[in-house]
Amino acid sequence: MRYLPLTDADRAEMLGAVGVGSIDDLFADVPADKRLTGLPALPLHQSEIAVERKLAALAARNVPAGSVPFFVGAGAYRHHVPATVDHLIQRSEFLTSYTPYQPEVSQGTLQVLFEFQSQVSRLTAMEVANASMYDGSTGAAEAVAMAHRITRRNKAVVSGGVHPHYRGVMRTVSRMAEDRIDTLDPDPTGTEDLLARIDGETSCVVVQSPSFYGHLIDLKPIAEKAHAVGALLIAVFTEVVSLGAVEPPGTQGADIVVGEGQSLGNPLTFGGPYVGLFATREKFIRQMPGRLCGETVDADGKRGFVLTLSTREQHIRRDKATSNICTNSGLCALAFTIHMTLLGETGLTRLARLNHANAVKLADALKAVPGVTVLNDTFFNEFTVRLPANAAEVVEKLARKGVLGGVPASRLEPKRTDLDDLLVVASTEVNTDEDRAAFVTALKEVL
Amino acid sequence: MAMNTQGRPTAPTAGPAGGPETAAPKTFTGNRGLDVEEKLIFETGRLEATGVDVEDPGEFQSRLGAHARKAPIGLPGLTEPETMRHYVRLSRQNYAIDLGLYPLGSCTMKHNPRLNEKLARLPGFGDVHPLQPLSTVPGAVDLIAELGRWLLELTGMASVAMSPKAGAHGEYCGMAAIKAAIAARGETRSIVLVPESAHGTNPATAAALGFKVVPVPAREAGTVDPEAVKARLSSDVAAIMLTNPNTCGLFERDVVAIADAVHEAGAYFYADGANFNAIVGKVRPGDLGVDAMHINLHKTFSTPHGGGGPGAGPVVLSEKLAPFAPVPFVRFNPDGSGEFVETRKQAGDTATPFGRITAFHGQMGMFVRALTHMMSHGADGLRQASEDAVLSANYVKARLSDVMTVAFEDRPAMHEVLFDDRFLDGTGVTTLDFAKAMIDEGYHPMTMYFPLVVHGAMLIEPTESESKASLDQFIGTLRHLAGKAKAGAVDDFKSAPRLAPRRRLDETRAARQPKLVWSDPADEGRAEAAE
Amino acid sequence: MARLYTKDHEWIDVAGKVATVGITDYAQAQLGDVVFVDLPDPGRAVTKGGDAAVVESVKVASDVFSPVTGTIAEANQALADTPALVNEAPEGDGWFFKVEIADEADLGDLMDADAYAAYTASL
Repeated sequence: MRYLPLTDADRAEMLGAVGVGSIDDLFADVPADKRLTGLPALPLHQSEIAVERKLAALAARNVPAGSVPFFVGAGAYRHHVPATVDHLIQRSEFLTSYTPYQPEVSQGTLQVLFEFQSQVSRLTAMEVANASMYDGSTGAAEAVAMAHRITRRNKAVVSGGVHPHYRGVMRTVSRMAEDRIDTLDPDPTGTEDLLARIDGETSCVVVQSPSFYGHLIDLKPIAEKAHAVGALLIAVFTEVVSLGAVEPPGTQGADIVVGEGQSLGNPLTFGGPYVGLFATREKFIRQMPGRLCGETVDADGKRGFVLTLSTREQHIRRDKATSNICTNSGLCALAFTIHMTLLGETGLTRLARLNHANAVKLADALKAVPGVTVLNDTFFNEFTVRLPANAAEVVEKLARKGVLGGVPASRLEPKRTDLDDLLVVASTEVNTDEDRAAFVTALKEVL
Repeated sequence: MAMNTQGRPTAPTAGPAGGPETAAPKTFTGNRGLDVEEKLIFETGRLEATGVDVEDPGEFQSRLGAHARKAPIGLPGLTEPETMRHYVRLSRQNYAIDLGLYPLGSCTMKHNPRLNEKLARLPGFGDVHPLQPLSTVPGAVDLIAELGRWLLELTGMASVAMSPKAGAHGEYCGMAAIKAAIAARGETRSIVLVPESAHGTNPATAAALGFKVVPVPAREAGTVDPEAVKARLSSDVAAIMLTNPNTCGLFERDVVAIADAVHEAGAYFYADGANFNAIVGKVRPGDLGVDAMHINLHKTFSTPHGGGGPGAGPVVLSEKLAPFAPVPFVRFNPDGSGEFVETRKQAGDTATPFGRITAFHGQMGMFVRALTHMMSHGADGLRQASEDAVLSANYVKARLSDVMTVAFEDRPAMHEVLFDDRFLDGTGVTTLDFAKAMIDEGYHPMTMYFPLVVHGAMLIEPTESESKASLDQFIGTLRHLAGKAKAGAVDDFKSAPRLAPRRRLDETRAARQPKLVWSDPADEGRAEAAE
Repeated sequence: MARLYTKDHEWIDVAGKVATVGITDYAQAQLGDVVFVDLPDPGRAVTKGGDAAVVESVKVASDVFSPVTGTIAEANQALADTPALVNEAPEGDGWFFKVEIADEADLGDLMDADAYAAYTASL
């Protein structure tokens, strides 16, 4: 077995040193009648080549995004990740290290986390950020719990423009904690009256911009209304590249900002692992969930970094912790930070511009297709179209023609038959003129 | 005040040997040979520098409306060669399992095969979108089903929820299923029992679900006393959360009696599967009465820890809890294929999912790595890995028990062995000092001050990945350090580490004056002048 | 009135209806460097033995209990900026809060300095 260094001779010698006759003597505390006598009913060990053959066969049955004209978004986005990123995250010292509990021998990870927190803080225009959450959706639920702690209220108001699955996670977590949650109806047109739902019992208002349907939302009036009644504004985004082009939530009055960071550095990978971004105002840091890296000095006075403010966390505060999170998304945060460093301000703003331009071109091309209307006045790299047909069926037909043409709203809102003709479409820098032409041609054919 | 004796020095004190004369000669650059000091990107990067060439789309009609960004972001960039050098230099300041034995008890730092990495990056796994049509991803769904089947066979459980993103998230999922199952019986129960030796995630999870946590004390032998559990059971107890093997590295040998008592009281048995790696192929949690257990794929099945994640925490469920698993999930068909269930409606009449806990389908990238690990090892290799892990821990225990103090001497250790600090009594050396001295010897310290049930805990988990020669060298090092402490070399310990990229860091200062993001010293100077 | 002590390592100085409360030198030594103190707002009702404040060092967070039932009259704002006072002068400038005592009978079971010294010596 190529992964196990001990030889049978080693094992015999070690058993002797331990003073037992057989390995099973060491399992003596396992109830005898429960111990397995034979091997589990599973295949025996296999060579590298055999395993690779089997898994490659499974992989070959999927259609990779990069192999077709691809316009699927809705919370996960296909971007070009520079080759440098994947090389660096596979450095042994990053890949195979643990959470940096021993800072003297973890400065690499810690400095990366400090850079990550600083980048997220600047992108969102917030004062502080943590070292990451599992993904945007769990971060959103944690933000709601944090707002409840700060305001000592327990009712969240959630916009209909928030990603339906994020809404689902927040609903589940609220129900389980026996908190209240007021979720507005899906808002494909970006015209809901959110302000009317905010009242003196509201702990927080959760708004996504760009919204799930692509609309850019002015957060300022929402922040003003929320603050007027003593509530917090939680701003959500699922496409972090948008922050290279649009006003950040921090300048619009957001108190907590959560988002999905997958777009930078991280592949689609069928939904995970991704990286949740979480930022807030300095006065709330002791109510934040998750790990925080902070700057300090060592015994020789040299600058160094440590995990800090840990008394918020489960390993110290146990049932009074701000969250149960332990492991976060360290390696995905590293990928994010490396990609962000490669881009810099110049690269990010150019990338955002290219994304927006490609989406504009696609929207213009699609709306020229008979029967198709674009619902958005504003958008970044994603928007919603109304089709003269059932969108889920159209998407299947497009797939058979070799085009992955967006996400039917009904897949995420299965109870809302009035959304059956809506298709959420994304376009990033990976799309070419040829991709767009193929999409339009195929759509005309299937409609 | 709720007294807690886990406090310890968190700011360095200058010992007699603490001066710079103990370090290598001073250099002009501050670098020491291959160890290069590296500034922050905020100090070296420039707003105009970029390592990515992006095409210019030319003129077009913006649809950002009034939402276009008005102010600069303030994000420095680096060109590609600068980026490469920056992060390679930083990487060299980390310890890693690829560099040496990493004895963090309860964390399971085992070898991470690179085949796992390679296969996770196949475009058919790495470049598929969670919301592309299911007709275009049958292989991805089948992979999840296949991994699920392996997990069920190894645990003897009825069902598995794959979407939890890490161990603690798995705890949340399992405990939420329990809460939903109790509600479905028309009951409300408000208490969760948690042994004192449990990971902090257990009480934190229970609290997040609105439960009240009642601790169960450990008995002298380091395990949970079924009588102590029985004394706390009532019709208001929803569940017990029990780690087995526990965090003292012992198998809870009364686990069946505990499970029976819990079930008799109408409560559920949640098992923290963090230490499942000790017993894979030896005993199945399902045969011990477990109702729900998360499996840390990054511990037991070797997906890389990545400096703190990502993890993956699928939860296996008993027959009673299976209907409550959250969406989305994969249903296993008899023909070996998987069927993806995304909504309550698709779940059918027999299932009543408690909701949703994440946006998509879980940690696919980790699923590929874990299944690769499992297929590579096979039934025989997985059992051998557990046995080797347990043997290695007991070997370390046997070879150190005369110079260090084993916390619970009389029972066999499982995959990890717990020492306390009695062997340091009178030396002036603390667990912290001892751990830091290991760094100078080229080792990452063991887990320290956890679990909380013994004083100055040192929890060592060597894993199955070490050769006997590697174990012997590690043992020799700890024997040497224990002897040195007893010989009165306290100053050497107090000033350790001296050979790492940094010496002890001032954690007190970091916590008293939190600095969590970079700020330009020039800006700070201006702000102070303005005040 | 002489300073009194609880088994939970709080001290209390009574002067008329209002008492000053802090944690003992023994307690601060066990905690390590104190980095944060969460103080009660004036006007808050506290009960004998109930949570009144939280004191945090880098690795430990502990609830501080009120030795008496009453109403918080004042919190030591100096601790917000300088939590190190708890280490430097735990039984002086590092006091936590002042509480208006509801019932002086609450003081009955507290220890005097000698009894507390004997108690800590036994730990």
